[in-house]
Amino acid sequence: MAAYDVKPNERVHPGKPVIVDRYTVGARINHWITAASLILLALSGLAMFHPSLFFLSGLFGGGQFTRFIHPWIGVLLFFSFLGLFLRFWKANLWRPEDGTWLARFRDVLSNHEDNVPEVGKYNAGQKLVFWSMSILIVILISSGIVIWQQYFAAYTTIGQQRVALLVHSIAAVAIIGVWIVHFYSAIWVRGTIPAMTRGRVTGGWAWRHHRKWLRELTAGKPDGRSGSNPAE
Amino acid sequence: MFPPLPNPSTTDTVPRFSDKDLIRRSASTVPAPEQQLTEVAKLIDVSKCIGCKACQTACIEWNDTHPEVGFNAGVYENPADLTPDMFTLMRYSEWDNPETNELEWLIRKDGCMHCADPGCLKACPAPGAIVQYSNGIVDFVHENCIGCGYCIKGCPFNIPRISKVDHTAYKCTLCSDRVAVGQGPACAKACPTQAIVFGTKDEMKKHADGRIKDLKSRGYSNAGLYDPPGVGGTHVMYVLHHADQPELYSGLPKEPKISPLVEAWKGVTKYAGLTILGVAAGVGLLHHLVMGPNRVSETDEEHAEELTEGDNDGRV
Repeated sequence: MAAYDVKPNERVHPGKPVIVDRYTVGARINHWITAASLILLALSGLAMFHPSLFFLSGLFGGGQFTRFIHPWIGVLLFFSFLGLFLRFWKANLWRPEDGTWLARFRDVLSNHEDNVPEVGKYNAGQKLVFWSMSILIVILISSGIVIWQQYFAAYTTIGQQRVALLVHSIAAVAIIGVWIVHFYSAIWVRGTIPAMTRGRVTGGWAWRHHRKWLRELTAGKPDGRSGSNPAE
Repeated sequence: MFPPLPNPSTTDTVPRFSDKDLIRRSASTVPAPEQQLTEVAKLIDVSKCIGCKACQTACIEWNDTHPEVGFNAGVYENPADLTPDMFTLMRYSEWDNPETNELEWLIRKDGCMHCADPGCLKACPAPGAIVQYSNGIVDFVHENCIGCGYCIKGCPFNIPRISKVDHTAYKCTLCSDRVAVGQGPACAKACPTQAIVFGTKDEMKKHADGRIKDLKSRGYSNAGLYDPPGVGGTHVMYVLHHADQPELYSGLPKEPKISPLVEAWKGVTKYAGLTILGVAAGVGLLHHLVMGPNRVSETDEEHAEELTEGDNDGRV
């Protein structure tokens, strides 16, 4: 049986450099549908959020179409992210080392990753992004339905809709903030983007950032080889 | 008796107000107008209303709306609520006055109040979809409306309605097109009892004073004017026999004001939200400039190679 964060199709290909499979083609397509939806939602939502950004509605062919399409993209995002959630939730469960990793976040920021504990497929930062996205998307879809004038206005009171509007806008700001963290991390930590484009990373990348995961993959077993595990 | 409105002239009239007289424009700013127009107002004296619905009919006719043929739901209201095709609605409530033990039939003509501080305009995200003239008229500009329904959430009186046909918001215009050429609203013109009168806001307040004195002399000691200060006053006002309990009149709010939720959403959230996002992006940029990228080193790759060769346990 594999470790909690190792998938059967993740393989290590020896060579120079070593290549490690990280995401299947299905996961990558799923991710990019979600990514495109989130960006389109942010652009169309910001157009309706702040007057100085109303010009963004031009990207969607005007205010009327922006108003029409925004909730439908939201539905797409919800189901698309649901797919990602089902794929990734298990590997994002909180582990003891995540607390330590987070406590030494200063070292992470200053590119001194040798001072932080070895982590599995995801580090604490990635896990926080994952769970924030999950929670915020649930908040956004539920408050979004309440303020979806065209189809759902009749089912709630105006008072409830006002609460939903405020919740929706705050959650939207929060999720764009989380997205900025996600997007920046992918650029800052070089070698990350091929994981989501070609589906693989180099062994060095895995060694540097997700050493526990790499060990589990090479060992083929969660407890590694005999003598290698301090718990033994 | 209030002097009736003059009939229209048969010659072309220059509009009395235009876009130059805007004092507010949704999701945008307007330059301060050169002149301040005299504020206008419609006064609805509910004590004079006989519930004939001539105002509703006149409204449909002037605005050329085509409401569906209604059905009898067992009450006098028809249609049952304001719709995108019905900008004004007679609402009927029966009230047992506990003091006199008599049944009172309280009829109120519902519709846009033309607030001095309009919640619809505050909530609107579309530039120029809702405008306010310096004479107090709040108007919807349909070609700019995106149909989001935010005006409905902003309105303290539950007035705007979104059309399922063209997906834009509709409400009473105070007959801005008629007022612009010296006419009064169609409903006021049609009212057979002068329960609806139209003039300058000062005239209307003065006229209301006379009506309130009359009502008081007839035993309605709580008679008064409904011009709620919570929304800065309105340009549609009511004379109520029970001004202390406006809720009796089919739920007319006692102290209407823009909901604090709407104020928070259109105020601090809007500005703080963009600031937070700007700062987040800025911190990212700064971090990259100061700390630089986190690159995989040659040693990292070598470690990975050793690990995968399987000649040791990977601990280096």
